[in-house]
Amino acid sequence: MKAVCWTGKKRIEVQEVDDPRILNPRDCIVRVTSTAICGSDLHLYNGYMPSMEKGDILGHEFMGVVVEIGPMVKKLQVGDRVTVPFCISCGACSHCLRQEFSVCDNTNPNAGMAEAIFGYSPAGLFGYSHLTGGYAGGQAQYVRVPFADVGPLKIESDLPDDKVLFLTDIFPTGYMAAENCAIEPGRTTVAVWGCGPVGQFAVRSALLLGAAKVYAIDRVPERLRMAEDGGAISIDESKEDVLDRLKAMTGGRGPDAAIDAVGLEAHGSAYDTVKQKLKLEQDRPFVLRQTMRAVRKGGTLSLAGVYSGFVDKIPFGAVFNKGVKIKMGQTHVHRYMRPLLERIEQGEIDPSFVVTHRLPLSRAADAYATFVDKRDGCIKVVLDPAA
Amino acid sequence: MDHETLTRAAPSARHHEENGGISVPGNEGVKVVRACTIRRGARELYDFWRNFENLPHIIKHPVAIRVLSPEKSHWSVSAPGGNRSADWDAVVINDEPGALIAWRSCEGADVPNAGSVRFEKAPGDEGTEVTVALEYNPPLGAFGAVAAKLSGEEPGQQVSEALRRFKALMEAGEIPTTQGQPVGGSQRRRKKQS
Repeated sequence: MKAVCWTGKKRIEVQEVDDPRILNPRDCIVRVTSTAICGSDLHLYNGYMPSMEKGDILGHEFMGVVVEIGPMVKKLQVGDRVTVPFCISCGACSHCLRQEFSVCDNTNPNAGMAEAIFGYSPAGLFGYSHLTGGYAGGQAQYVRVPFADVGPLKIESDLPDDKVLFLTDIFPTGYMAAENCAIEPGRTTVAVWGCGPVGQFAVRSALLLGAAKVYAIDRVPERLRMAEDGGAISIDESKEDVLDRLKAMTGGRGPDAAIDAVGLEAHGSAYDTVKQKLKLEQDRPFVLRQTMRAVRKGGTLSLAGVYSGFVDKIPFGAVFNKGVKIKMGQTHVHRYMRPLLERIEQGEIDPSFVVTHRLPLSRAADAYATFVDKRDGCIKVVLDPAA
Repeated sequence: MDHETLTRAAPSARHHEENGGISVPGNEGVKVVRACTIRRGARELYDFWRNFENLPHIIKHPVAIRVLSPEKSHWSVSAPGGNRSADWDAVVINDEPGALIAWRSCEGADVPNAGSVRFEKAPGDEGTEVTVALEYNPPLGAFGAVAAKLSGEEPGQQVSEALRRFKALMEAGEIPTTQGQPVGGSQRRRKKQS
């Protein structure tokens, strides 16, 4: 089959590799019909995630049709159309039973490596470095999906791929970021830093949950426009002082909740860029610092953008002295897939709005390059594995 | 705590020590204690462990275990970094069904060792806390222990890994793996060479 392989920093190759096969009794094999590039894939592309190996197959946003099932799979059948969460969860450990699916105990074959760094290991993830299992990802024609009865959500309606593909990651991720803001309908104001795909879904989710006002902060005009289309009030951080503007628009109180939908590669601080290049700091927390200062007293800080390692010069005194609540983590995707599918089916949201580019899988290298440079208005790329 | 666990777990080992026949001579051994919590009943977990021939499923390092009698088993572990194997007979010295198993190697062991596994109910509905204590005499003394740690073959890491695999097998019904999955060019070439 053809698969998108990481072969080094800023190096992507579409290679002919072996087809995946069933390795464990609860596995299934999915023929991929649509797969997307996530903003977090760019952290791998740019070489900021440790423990990548040359030849790793990327991709954690994918859907398709089940073509083979392992002997212990009960709920799925060959021919079922499914969307697959990016985190792999066993469904039986105490975390899964508490619906904390992204920190499942039993799915990271390299848990020892993660424990050495994080203290305890999170769940295995598709196509996202060996620290989270080294699982081959779904930017490929076929993919092996462990715990087929736990993760994949069967799509029984005839909704097109574009409307349900983003249930795998960015819609639930934006939604969880908004849910973590403890929104009181008609009352809570939310500011979202970063109008990439996750930020776009965070804006729309906050409004779905009843936020009184949502402010969207970015510097890319088409991304700000897309956020406005979703109902946000935009702030162009390249033209205005974000904190001043937010204060002015919230009667001096500041937003009740702040969402960081950027994560470890934020722009805006030469200090962090240099430190990251010199490997003195793994993550570039410019946005995180700004959210900490901007959020109101007693407010909520919700982190959706990915952090992987160490950050420094964090204004911890700001969040401590203001009594800010901080919520974060990889998305517990399984928790949100069904309720969000219902919202899509009821027409409350059409996630396909975010797609700006479609390319054949064979042109993945171009797709990554276009996305990372935000060229040609690129916000979200969907790859067609059949082409 | 580890030594205490061991000796508490294995009164007959202490008895042995008094008789000068301890499997691991005093203060020369390396001791590790590792624990995990498994959402299964203590008896089910004990039953799996008590059949020592089940253990190679959860021990990642190549090991062959043959049960010789209800109390006695033969262990053959491939030595770190070599083609040789380390062999010993182990005898169960304490056995409390559903709660505790303790064992030690017999006279003439290539790697003298003693160990115990304890099964205790966890708070609430978390399941069972499984605590393994292991004491052994590294083949090359302290130097061997350091070398083993650097190569990832150190017993503390091995016990942690075995407990993780035990938990996955008992809770999820399988041990997570990526062995045999497709990989791109450079890894494929490297894996074929090695």
